[in-house]
Amino acid sequence: MLLIACPWCGPRPEMEFRHAGEAHLARPADPAAVSDAAWAAYLYERSNPRGEHAERWRHLHGCGRFFNARRHTLTDRISATYKPGEAP
Amino acid sequence: MRLPSGGRIDRSKPLRFTFDGRAFTGFAGDTLASALLANGVHLLGRSFKYHRPRGLLSAGAEEPNALVEIDRGPGRREPNTRATMVPLVEGLTARSQNRFPSLRFDLAALASLAAPLLPAGFYYKTFLGPGREAWHRRWEPLIRRMAGLGRAPEAPDPDRYAHRFAHCETLVIGAGRAGIAAALEAAEAGDRVILCDEQMEPGGRLLLSPGEVPGLAALRGNLRVTLLPRTTAFHYGLQNFVSLAEILDRPDGLRERLWQVRTARVVLATGALERPLPFRGNDRPGVMLADAARAYAARWAVLPGRQAVLLAAHDSGYEAAFALQDRGARIAAILDLRAAPPLAAAARARGIEVRAAHGIAATRGGLRVTGVLAAPLRPDGSPDAARATPIPCDLVLMAGGWTPNLALFSQARGRLRWDEAADAFLPGEVAEALTCAGACAAGRGPGHPIAAIAAGALTARRAFVDPQNDVTTRDIALAVQEGFRSIEHVKRYTTTGMATDQGKVGGMLGLATAAAASGRTVPETGHTTFRPPYTPLSFGTLAGRHRGPLFDPIRTAPSHGWAEAHGAVFEPVGQWQRARAYPRAGEALHAAVARECLAVRQKAGLLDASTLGKIEIVGPDAAEFLERCYVNAVHSLRPGRCRYALLLREDGFLFDDGVLARLAEDRFHLTTTTGGAARVLHLLEDYAQTEFPALRVFLTSTTEHWGVAALQGPAAREMLAPLVRGCELAALPHMTVAEAEVMGIPARLFRVSFTGELGYEINLPADRLPELWEALIAAGATPYGTDAMHVLRAEKGYVIVGQETDGTVTPLDLGLGWVIGKAKRDFIGKRSLARAEMQRPDRRQLVGLAPLEGRAPEEGAQLLARPGAREAEGHVTSAYASAALGRPIALGLLARGRARHGETVLATRLDGPPQPLQIVPPVFWDPEGKRLHG
Amino acid sequence: MPNRFSFLTLAREALRSHAGWRPQWRSPERPQPAYDIVILGGGGHGLATAYYLAKEHRVGRIAVLEKGWIGGGNTGRNTTIIRSNYLFPESAALYDHAVRLWEGLSAELNYNVMFSPRGVLMLAHGEHDVQSLKRHVHANRLAGVDNEWLAPAACKAFCPPLDISPAIRYPVLGGALQRRGGVARHDAVAWGYARAASALGVDILENCEVTGIARDPRGGAVTGVETSKGHIRCGKLGVVAAGSTSLVMAMAGLRMPLESFPLQALVSEPVKPVFPCVAMSNTIHAYVSQSDKGELVIGAGTDQYTSYSQAGNVQILEHTLEAICEIFPIFRRMRMLRAWGGIVDVTPDRSPIIGTTSVPGLYVNCGWGTGGFKATPGSGHVFAATIARSEPHPIAAPFSLDRFVTGRVIDEAAAAAVMH
Repeated sequence: MLLIACPWCGPRPEMEFRHAGEAHLARPADPAAVSDAAWAAYLYERSNPRGEHAERWRHLHGCGRFFNARRHTLTDRISATYKPGEAP
Repeated sequence: MRLPSGGRIDRSKPLRFTFDGRAFTGFAGDTLASALLANGVHLLGRSFKYHRPRGLLSAGAEEPNALVEIDRGPGRREPNTRATMVPLVEGLTARSQNRFPSLRFDLAALASLAAPLLPAGFYYKTFLGPGREAWHRRWEPLIRRMAGLGRAPEAPDPDRYAHRFAHCETLVIGAGRAGIAAALEAAEAGDRVILCDEQMEPGGRLLLSPGEVPGLAALRGNLRVTLLPRTTAFHYGLQNFVSLAEILDRPDGLRERLWQVRTARVVLATGALERPLPFRGNDRPGVMLADAARAYAARWAVLPGRQAVLLAAHDSGYEAAFALQDRGARIAAILDLRAAPPLAAAARARGIEVRAAHGIAATRGGLRVTGVLAAPLRPDGSPDAARATPIPCDLVLMAGGWTPNLALFSQARGRLRWDEAADAFLPGEVAEALTCAGACAAGRGPGHPIAAIAAGALTARRAFVDPQNDVTTRDIALAVQEGFRSIEHVKRYTTTGMATDQGKVGGMLGLATAAAASGRTVPETGHTTFRPPYTPLSFGTLAGRHRGPLFDPIRTAPSHGWAEAHGAVFEPVGQWQRARAYPRAGEALHAAVARECLAVRQKAGLLDASTLGKIEIVGPDAAEFLERCYVNAVHSLRPGRCRYALLLREDGFLFDDGVLARLAEDRFHLTTTTGGAARVLHLLEDYAQTEFPALRVFLTSTTEHWGVAALQGPAAREMLAPLVRGCELAALPHMTVAEAEVMGIPARLFRVSFTGELGYEINLPADRLPELWEALIAAGATPYGTDAMHVLRAEKGYVIVGQETDGTVTPLDLGLGWVIGKAKRDFIGKRSLARAEMQRPDRRQLVGLAPLEGRAPEEGAQLLARPGAREAEGHVTSAYASAALGRPIALGLLARGRARHGETVLATRLDGPPQPLQIVPPVFWDPEGKRLHG
Repeated sequence: MPNRFSFLTLAREALRSHAGWRPQWRSPERPQPAYDIVILGGGGHGLATAYYLAKEHRVGRIAVLEKGWIGGGNTGRNTTIIRSNYLFPESAALYDHAVRLWEGLSAELNYNVMFSPRGVLMLAHGEHDVQSLKRHVHANRLAGVDNEWLAPAACKAFCPPLDISPAIRYPVLGGALQRRGGVARHDAVAWGYARAASALGVDILENCEVTGIARDPRGGAVTGVETSKGHIRCGKLGVVAAGSTSLVMAMAGLRMPLESFPLQALVSEPVKPVFPCVAMSNTIHAYVSQSDKGELVIGAGTDQYTSYSQAGNVQILEHTLEAICEIFPIFRRMRMLRAWGGIVDVTPDRSPIIGTTSVPGLYVNCGWGTGGFKATPGSGHVFAATIARSEPHPIAAPFSLDRFVTGRVIDEAAAAAVMH
């Protein structure tokens, strides 16, 4: 069970959190203006790296906030957590 | 044989027990294994494949042979229990397993005669015929009956299991010399310490000496230290999250406790495991690890034999032999694989014959060893049987050297490095805050190299590497010969290391054998992965108290108590228990449903709709936020008005529906489906926090706050009106909301309907709902359950998300295009609706289906255009007997369905040929909506 | 050539101490400089692809590159459930193609893969489950896939350890039984395909990790792969890399609609036969059968986050065993012997991707999620045809990559999702 440092609440066990997928995927500002392929890329394509991964978590059973984390997907070690809009 | 004195047993407390029905006596402090040995019982089991006789190999958790069935009464029978780990208690009942008809005479041991036909992987090469399904029909049942060890339990386990979380600065695993020292040091430095040990008495090899274990008293007296005997650390998770299983066996039925420990630091003091040695017949009862024999003599005052031969590859065997000799055993000879045994002189000084550079060519005996053939070693390390001499004995000690016990280190993703000098894998790099101490860190000194030991046994017959699974050195050599070079392949092909000891006994020997057979070194060959759990773990321990009602929490609606008292039938809906119907005494369920439906249509019915999800959405930008998420036009919704609202996923498929009510410019009350409450809130929070962070909006779940009574039917207004103050019901049109007092309680009053009748959903604080419930019943409302609710809504063509939809359905498919705000630039999922697939004219659309014969179709039935069609054009989503209409009705999704009203389709049946259905509009009841607006 | 396997050869070898067995497959240390087709990934799907390419399409030189040992990924880590009772006709066609191949596979490969059609029972615990599973039964029967509905008592008769008491938290309301479903011996599938492919001339290169994909600077077509054993030229490249697919495809500049999750499984200590079938409950996440060795083989769920660590959380095992103990309460005193993890590549619609890509000469077969083992022969068979003919096999066609652009997804998971 991961120990995750919520940027608002501090370190808490993983069971308080919900993973929310890859971070920094920007929803197109005007979806109607993008092609089907570009829309599909936004919806479905993921970097899925073996290594450092920027991802989102929500402190569901805590403050309820979404935040970002950098985790290494081979070691599962989290090197940083940061609030939305902040740099890691 | 029990020695007259010594040992850590309490001779004042004799305990009676049985094994295979024979009665024996042992003492408090015995294990089942030591007590059996004390009574001269050496044959304890049969091996997996050849059913060869097996006795005790070890005295600890690694025991592969002495697996017995323990029976503590109904539901408390368990198979495959290691006799070495069972503390003796009064009345213990143990039985041997995997034998027929008896342990001494096992017919299946005939398999041993066919052993030449059954080498590693034989089952991949044969059983291919005769005929089709020969394996499944003919051979597999035979193999299955022969395989397996003990018998699975037959009755539910009545015992209880507990879970506990714990935090500490230092967790020490293993309470031997190194572990106790580490725990004392950490405690003195002020740490909270947990010290666990799998044995019933902490002390490890310190228990080989008489008297108090040094340091234990100090630990017991320290409040910062939690000392856990009979507790196995079995799983090492990320960031020092370690799981321990504590065996309690308390008389009150609390059997085991799971500890989940987050600790700043782990000290691994798990010691080392003695290696067996490979020689022909090394599996006979009476062939034992040297240190185990020493433990039986020193700890339990039991001599495992009177006349012993030691086969030594390591000096530690001499200590064992000397200890046995000191307690009265005769050491017939020491055979040492090494040319110059360092302790030979010391042994000879004790009158023990030592033969250097000797091995064992074979053992003699049946159900117990009666002698060995001692043979000088050839240059290749194998015993020269031609020059062998017999030595009678009833005990053979194997001192094969030591393997540091690094299973947990490996689970912690530590790397093992081969250390040539130690002749063992030692701990290398590890990312966790973890240190190794004692023998698991450094081993116990080198002996005869494992590579040389393995090389000398490659051609031996019946030299067992994995005694439980009957894997021999020759099996491993055969696997290598057949091209299995990866050690993982060798393991899987031969099953070595896959027995219940998971390779603790023979893992290293198997690895060295594979290396020798393939002409590689041990480190070139590598090792297999150590997998959790460290030792086998009861399912019940992990499951804990999460059984029955606690398996998944049950949520109940505010009227649940009333419903129970009035004979309601319940159904699980997600975590909720909802009343399905309220049958009267003697009334069948379907009759109750029909009666409840008619009551709603003719007078008024009452449904507890409290399980619906409810979200309060507040803030200056609340309307803009909802406008961007839901498909509806929200800005145009005036305070006091409600709208049927749809939420899509970003891929365009329907996610949830509900009613959106605007209470004020900046305040909305949103309902969701019962099952969708949590995921809708999560999705909305996601957009609020991460996509539209500039919008000032706050979301709060109010599902548990509001109890909801849905009063539906033509008499609803007259029943409710006397209870309401502050709101003129007649002035409240369909799809409106008002705040008022109901029975003096502040309420939100919704004029909405999921039945097609005049109806109200009265929201009260949940704890006050029962008052209103009983008042409305008293006023003549009929309670109705979810079954009637389903029928009533289907008569009206209202969909249920999850029944008419399945995650592949769009609002347009359901004919709900009118819900979508036409002028909206964007909402969640809008872009996806523009994709080609969503625009296909042949998409499946919601239709009504009217059976042309008397019975309702089956839900899930496939819709066919013509008899014999192989492809479905749609399916039946809902089907009911409609009491109001006096005939069955159905809803379905059908390709181009809206253009096909009046046509006939066929619905498949499981109980016969397809049945014809007429395609009709999906609204069966009051299509003009007069009753709704009445 | 490998030896022919039969009782007679086994008996003959027994008389001479098994000295005559040759390696089951050739595993050359060095690759040839060029192959017509390179298959990247030596799991069951990759080896099956190579076997059918060599056997049915005779396309010349073929190599399978495996970064570790063959069958060491999800092939050797799954719970071996085989069934084809999927809802959508596209899925049922694909998986039933596989089941039909399973039925003759031991004979086809001359290797006992121990296919055991002992029946797969899927349990319903609520009205919604009943509706969903009955819909499957209707759809499967129409598609020619066997599936039948059993009442609770019949479920109990078929699977005696099952608790059908109405008093449990999620009572069993019935089940859908596919009698042709069952289990097989996972390692034997990899080894059997490797042996048969090798006999047809396929090079199986173990410990050969791909580090790059070489492409023609003009048309962009694949020309070869960079590996830990040097550059290998190839005409076509088939990627069958399961959890590592995203990483490999990134070498060709493609982003995939995939995420890789840890998936765990466990076995109990071996016991005498007690569980005659395969039982599954999607609602409470319990998947169990008993191996021929006697171990209960139990599938667990995925962790919530993507990972390549092949390790999972103990919480997942906890939830799994809670579910097992809830509907099979007699197993509470059984013991977990071994748990392990694999990495599964999951698509947005939980259906696989089989087909061509935007890069000429590059083909991909991935996204099998938690259920790829059952498809092994069918997957290899249709993927081989797709590569050989440079166009999708008809059964594979609906599983193309571009379904995510058009929206024509095949969402089996959504179709079974519990929603109210």
